[in-house]
Parts: sequence; structure tokens; C-alpha cells
Amino acid sequence: MTTQNFPLWEVFIRSRNGLAHKHVGSLHAADPTMALQAARDLYTRRGEGLSIWVVPSNAIIASDPADKGMMFEPAASKIYRHPTFYDVPDEIGHM
Amino acid sequence: MAAAMITVAETPLVRYALARADDALILGHRLSEWCGHAPMMEEDMALANIGLDLIGQARALYGYAAEVEAAGNDEDRYAYLRDVRQYRNLLLVEQPNGDFARTILRQFFYSAFADPYWRAMMGSTDPSLAAIAAKSEKESAYHLRHSAEWVIRLGDGTDESHARAQAAVEELWPYTGEAFLPDEAERGLIAEGVVIDPESLRDIWSTTVAAVLAEATLATPPTGWSQRGGRDGRHSEHLGHLLSELQVLQRSYPGAKW
Repeated sequence: MTTQNFPLWEVFIRSRNGLAHKHVGSLHAADPTMALQAARDLYTRRGEGLSIWVVPSNAIIASDPADKGMMFEPAASKIYRHPTFYDVPDEIGHM
Repeated sequence: MAAAMITVAETPLVRYALARADDALILGHRLSEWCGHAPMMEEDMALANIGLDLIGQARALYGYAAEVEAAGNDEDRYAYLRDVRQYRNLLLVEQPNGDFARTILRQFFYSAFADPYWRAMMGSTDPSLAAIAAKSEKESAYHLRHSAEWVIRLGDGTDESHARAQAAVEELWPYTGEAFLPDEAERGLIAEGVVIDPESLRDIWSTTVAAVLAEATLATPPTGWSQRGGRDGRHSEHLGHLLSELQVLQRSYPGAKW
């Protein structure tokens, strides 16, 4: 058997109630059912998970690393978007 | 200097616990033989996980047998220092791995029995066995689901996978009936409600197996004569080879630790 023809899946695990599913890795599997089982066997061996999502890797639309400048640099100069930019008057106390 | 085999004072309950532990240990060991050799990395991990579940079940059952026997034996002595004739596992679980289809069908046939067996055993009047059953049932339920999904994909896959899966069904079929035959020692325990009568699970097993094989487009062989003898220590030639590998270290260096 070969995994060459098996599609790639991205695996997301939610470790506790109230947390978001977090990307943990990828795997090869023939179909959704087997992908879910393989995710369970590969990524929840140490009690990491309460819930698993698997998503076909080719369903993910990714940004192009070459667009890094255009996409992300404009945000770098806008430090006023961080709450730490603002001085909070002492009289306010904790917000 | 080789370690001598131990003697076991087999009351019916000790004998029962050892037989169930042996089923789990031998099948777990067989699965461990796939480690690093499975057809794909994902399945390598899956088989090892199932093997570890089974070895965990074996440890719990050996521990309980040791407690009941109270003769200074422990899980390691049961596993490493009994000879072939003292092992009481089903013949099914000692059958060689063969190809991937054979390993999966062996797992499926066993798990289709073990899952309802442990679920029913949760009602045992023996609290230790009921607790072991509760843990084993969850594990066995996954083993059944995982192996059944593979049976369906192999049977309803390519011409080659179908042919290999059908061959595995036929080779293993004569070994599937033994699980439902209680031995003499077990009958007293059944009457007391300590253990369940495996015969009562035959219909559930047949229904599960028939449904999965049908979905897999595999032919279910007719029920007929079945091999037996494992519970009495009469094994196929394969178990001796398996034990020689499993036991060589403790036999050669008695009491070795790492």
C-alpha cells in the first residue's frame, strides 16, 4: 500500500471546553472517517483532546508568502491600534 | 542459566483471569510486531495504540489473577515464565500477522467478540472484574470501529485488496468459534454470575460480522466446525515461536530489569 494517492488532511484539536480548536498537524488518509480515526491515534495519545476536526488540506486558502509586505507591513506602523499605546489616567484604576 | 517455568495454582477464577489476560497479551504482542512495518505511518501508530490497550488489559487481568492466586506470582512471572501449554489464549489471537488484511480481519473478529463481552461483564458480581471490563469496553469499542472500517475499505477496495481480505476471512474463520465455548472451569463461575456465558454473544457477533462483511462485499463463510484447544493449552505451532521472542530476555537473564 502506498500513501501517495491518499489526500492530506489538517488536524485541529480542542483540548478543553471553551477553548478554540487549534491546528496540531497533518496526516494522510483515504477518506474523512479514516482521517478522523488517524487523527485520534496520532494526536490524542496523551489525553490532549475533547474534540477533533479534520479538514482536507486543499480546502484551505492560504496567503502567499511573497505578499508579506503588502499584507502585513502596513499594520506594523499603526501602533495606536494596541491598547498599550494609550496612557490610562491614574484615577481610572484597573480597567 | 535459564529461568525455570513457574507453577500456577489454577482455581477456576485464576484460570479464567489468566485466559482473558493471555488473549489480550498475545494479540497485543502480535500487533507490536507491526511497529515500524505497517503500510503507512498513520496505521503504524493505530496498530501500536491498539496493542498498548490490549497489553494494558492483560496487565490488569494478570494483576487480578496474582491477587486471587496469592502464591507470589505476578504479571511478569505469568507472562515470561509460563510455557506454551500453560497459556490459555484463543487460537485466533496467536495466528501470525500475515498481510495487512489478515491482521485487520483477526482484529475485527476478536473485537466483535471482545466489545460486547466486556460490556456484558460490566455487570459481573466481582467488582474487580467489573472494573476491568468497564475500562476494556471503551478500548474494545474503538478497536471494533477501527478494524471494521478497514475491513470495509479492503473488501470494497481494489481487486487485490478484496482478494486478500476474502482469503483472510476464510483462513481465520475456523478459529472464530472458540471464543463462544466456555471451558469446564468457567461454567461454575457463570452459574455464580461472576462471568457471563460467552455462548450468549454468538448472535450479536454473527450479526456484526455479517453486516460488516456484506458492506465490504466479502462472502461470509457458513458456520461450521471450529478449531479449539487454546483454553486447554493446546496451541498451534505459532505460539511457541511467539513466546520464544516474548520471553527470551527473562529466560536468559532471570529477573533482569531496565
